[in-house]
Amino acid sequence: MAPTDTTAEAPYEFHVFEDAHDHDHAEEHAHETGTMLGFWLYLMSDCLLFGILFAVHAVLGQNYAAGPSPADLFEIEKIALATAFLLLSSITYGFAAINMQQNNARVMSFWLVVTLGMGAGFLFVSYLEFTHLWHIGATPMASAFLSSFWFLVGTHGMHVLGGSIWLVILLIQVQMHGLTPENKRRVMCLSLFWHFLDLIWIGVFSFVYLAGVLL
Amino acid sequence: MSADNSTHGSYRSYIIGFVLSVILTVIPFYVVMAEVEMDILWAMLIIFGLGAVQILVHVQYFLHVSVGAEDGWQFMSLIFTAVVLVIILAGSIWVMFHLHENMMPAHDTIERVRELQ
Repeated sequence: MAPTDTTAEAPYEFHVFEDAHDHDHAEEHAHETGTMLGFWLYLMSDCLLFGILFAVHAVLGQNYAAGPSPADLFEIEKIALATAFLLLSSITYGFAAINMQQNNARVMSFWLVVTLGMGAGFLFVSYLEFTHLWHIGATPMASAFLSSFWFLVGTHGMHVLGGSIWLVILLIQVQMHGLTPENKRRVMCLSLFWHFLDLIWIGVFSFVYLAGVLL
Repeated sequence: MSADNSTHGSYRSYIIGFVLSVILTVIPFYVVMAEVEMDILWAMLIIFGLGAVQILVHVQYFLHVSVGAEDGWQFMSLIFTAVVLVIILAGSIWVMFHLHENMMPAHDTIERVRELQ
């Protein structure tokens, strides 16, 4: 039987119809709206990715293979410090977003630099923890628990690293071009990303560290 | 999420969110770090209960999700994601714990020496 000739049919067309509900602000604004929703949908997909890693850790988290357990490994003081860095960075980013809204490029940049410092602090504490675990032999290869632990916490750490690099680039862009509509949109996208990472961290410290140490 | 002021929050809303987050973070950390004497079930309830509340606080005060934003698509996609997450998490845990229960212990695989200690 000959294959049906699909080219003869009209190709499917996919459209996203955007209502121009802000007539006053013309095209610029409609474009911004689409980008923010798209970025939000990306975050939701990222949320599913983390959800799967959490599910894996829930299943494998107690398979120690005669190796160390969370109570042997984790130093909760360090995790509390990392949590403090991330929580503080959320509010400093909030202040940056408010100043962006009021077109204070200098004050906004100041708060973004503070946020970057907090992010760097978090990454430094994570780096100390991971190198410590690696040196005492608690590598991802040691047990199923450690595999899922490294994968979950490592993925979150890579996101924070990515967000920090994005933040550096954003600061350069603001320095070069000022608070253009494009830069404002980027600040708001990174704002969502940054707050989202803080939200994921709540799950990590509750589920992996605090519950892990107790169980 | 469009550029009007109400959805971007104010100093007040960020500070409310921050203070609530600090409270909701400190309590579970205190329970674990001070080794408070309590039933393990209660401790878990505190850790996960307050964690869930803190996630809602972040969604409200930091992410500024509202039912009306983006013609409802933002909120709808959030609810969709939450439903999928509940299915993935509850389903995985439910199925895998029954699997563990029904498996015979594999004695020879447990013989790995505690070389990490």
